[in-house]
Amino acid sequence: MLSQDARDIIYNGLWKQNPGIVQILGMCPTLAISNNVVNALSLGLATAFVMAMSNGAVALVRNLIPHPVRIPVFILIIAVLVTVVDLAMDAWAHPLFLVLGIFIPLIVTNCIVLARVEAFASKRSTTHSILDGAMMGLGLTGVLVTLGAVREIIGKGTLLSGIDLALGPMAKDWVIPIIPHYPGLLIAILPPGAFIGLGTLIALRNVLLERQATAAHPRVPATP
Amino acid sequence: MNGSPYILRERNSVTVVMLKVLAALVPGVIAHAWLFGPGILVSLLLCGAFAIGFEAFVLLMRGIPLKPFLSDGSALVTAALLALALPTLAPWWLYLIGMFFAVVIAKQLYGGLGQNLFNPAMVAYAALIVSFPVYMTQWASPQDLANHTPSLLEAFDLVFSGGGSISPDAYTSATVLDTWKTQARLGKAVADIRGLPIFGWAGGRGSEIVALMYLGGGLLLLWNRVITWHIPAAFLAGISVTAGVLHGIEPTRHADALFHLLSGAALLGAFFIATDPVTAASTPRGKLIYAALAGFLTVIIRTFGGYPDGVAFAILLTNVAVPFIDAYTQPRVFGHQHGGKT
Repeated sequence: MLSQDARDIIYNGLWKQNPGIVQILGMCPTLAISNNVVNALSLGLATAFVMAMSNGAVALVRNLIPHPVRIPVFILIIAVLVTVVDLAMDAWAHPLFLVLGIFIPLIVTNCIVLARVEAFASKRSTTHSILDGAMMGLGLTGVLVTLGAVREIIGKGTLLSGIDLALGPMAKDWVIPIIPHYPGLLIAILPPGAFIGLGTLIALRNVLLERQATAAHPRVPATP
Repeated sequence: MNGSPYILRERNSVTVVMLKVLAALVPGVIAHAWLFGPGILVSLLLCGAFAIGFEAFVLLMRGIPLKPFLSDGSALVTAALLALALPTLAPWWLYLIGMFFAVVIAKQLYGGLGQNLFNPAMVAYAALIVSFPVYMTQWASPQDLANHTPSLLEAFDLVFSGGGSISPDAYTSATVLDTWKTQARLGKAVADIRGLPIFGWAGGRGSEIVALMYLGGGLLLLWNRVITWHIPAAFLAGISVTAGVLHGIEPTRHADALFHLLSGAALLGAFFIATDPVTAASTPRGKLIYAALAGFLTVIIRTFGGYPDGVAFAILLTNVAVPFIDAYTQPRVFGHQHGGKT
C-alpha cells in the first residue's frame, strides 16, 4: 500500500501540477517534438528517465552540496545523465536519434528537470525524489503523446508513423491509418499546430476543473 | 493608451459600416465573375454560409445572444474578404477549414469582434497556404485563356465533387506573382516573362482589372469616410518604394512597382484588409507607420520569401506590432504638452 505522501506525489506529477499543461515548463520539446506519437513518446520517456535519475542522484548527495554552488552541481549531474541517454540512443536507436537530433542534448536545458531537482530533490528523501521525477516525467510524456496523437491524426491522418525508427524495420506495418486518403492538414504538423493544440489542451483542462468545481459547489444565483 | 475608437452614432453602427464595406466590394466581384467565370459566386456563397454557421455555433457555446452579433455583418465581411483572397473552384472543404480558422480561432477564441489581435481573413489565408500549397496556387484562368470556363452549375459540381473527368489544368493556372517567381529563378529575361499570355498590360491578365475595381470600391469607402486615407496611401507607398528600389537595383530580376501594385492582393489589401479597424493601428501617425511597414514587408516576402503573395503574412506580422506602434504614437492631448505634462 502506498503512503499518503507517495500518492500525493503521483497525483501532483500526473495531473495537479502537470509540467506540460499546468506549470507550462519544458515548452521547447513539448512544442517542437510533439508532431507525431513516436517522437513524442521517445522524447517523453527519455526526459522521464533523466528526471527520475537526476532527482534520485541529487537527493542522495543533497547534504554534501554547498548551498551557493548547488545549481552548477545539479546541472553537471543532469548533463552526465543526458549524455548517457544521448549515447545510448545513438547506439541502439540510431534512426530515432537522427530524428530527435538536438532535442536529446537539450534535455539538459529543459527547465522542468532543474525545477524538480531544485524544488523537490534537494529537500526530500531519495525514494520520494525518484518517484517525483518519474511521475513529473510521465506527466509531461502524457501531454506530449496526447499532443502528438492529435497533431498526427489531424496533420497526416495516421498514428504511430515512423515507429520503425524506434523499433527497427519489423515495425514498418504497425502504422495505423486513421483516415484513409487524407490530404493532410499540414499546419497541424508545423509549429502553429503545436501552439494551437497546447492551448486547446490547457483550455480543456480548465473547463474540466470548472465543471468539477461547479458540480461540488453549485453557484448560488444572485438574489435581486 | 487609447483603444480603437468606438462607433456610437446610430447611423454609423457596426452593421452599417460592414454593409458599406460589402457594397464597396461589389464592383470587384462583378469584374471577377465577368473575367474569370462565375466560380467566385460559389466561393462567396460557401464562405458566407460557413461564416454564419461557425459564428452562431461559437456564440451558442459561449451563451451569448445570437441576434445582435450575427446581424452585425462582421462575419460576412470576413467571409467575403477570404473568398476574394482564395482561389475559386477549390474543393468545398478548403473554404470550410478557412472559415473555421477565421471565425473560430482568429476571432471568437480571442473574444469576438473587437478583441482579435490578428486579421481573421488573413489568419485563415496563412493557415490554408501553409497547409494546402497545391490547392492554393491553382487559380481559375482568365476566360479568354482557359480552354473551358466552368459555368455556374459546373462550378458547383467542381467545388463539391471535384469535377471527375476534367483536369484542373483545363481551367486553372498559376498567378502572375507565382509565374514571375518561378521564371525569374530560372533566369528568364524580363521581356520573355512579360510576354507570357498570363500577363496583361501591367499585372495579370484580367486580375489587373479586378484590382482596379477594388481600387474604385476603396475610393468609395474613403469618400464615405468608412476608412481614412492614411492606411491605403501608406501601404501602397510602402509597396511602390520598396519595389521601385529593388527594380532600380536589379531590373532584370525584380518586377517594377506598377506590377506589384496591380498583382496579387495589393489593392484589396490596401483598402479592405489592412484597414480593418480592429487589428490596424488607430492613431494617425501609427496608421502611416503600420501600413508602410506592411507594404514594405509585402514586397520583401514576395521577392525573397517562399510563397507567391506576401500581403497576408505582412499584415499578420504588422498586426503584432500594432500595440507597440499605438503606444508610441499617441497624439498630443489638447492643452497638454508632449509627454503628458500639463
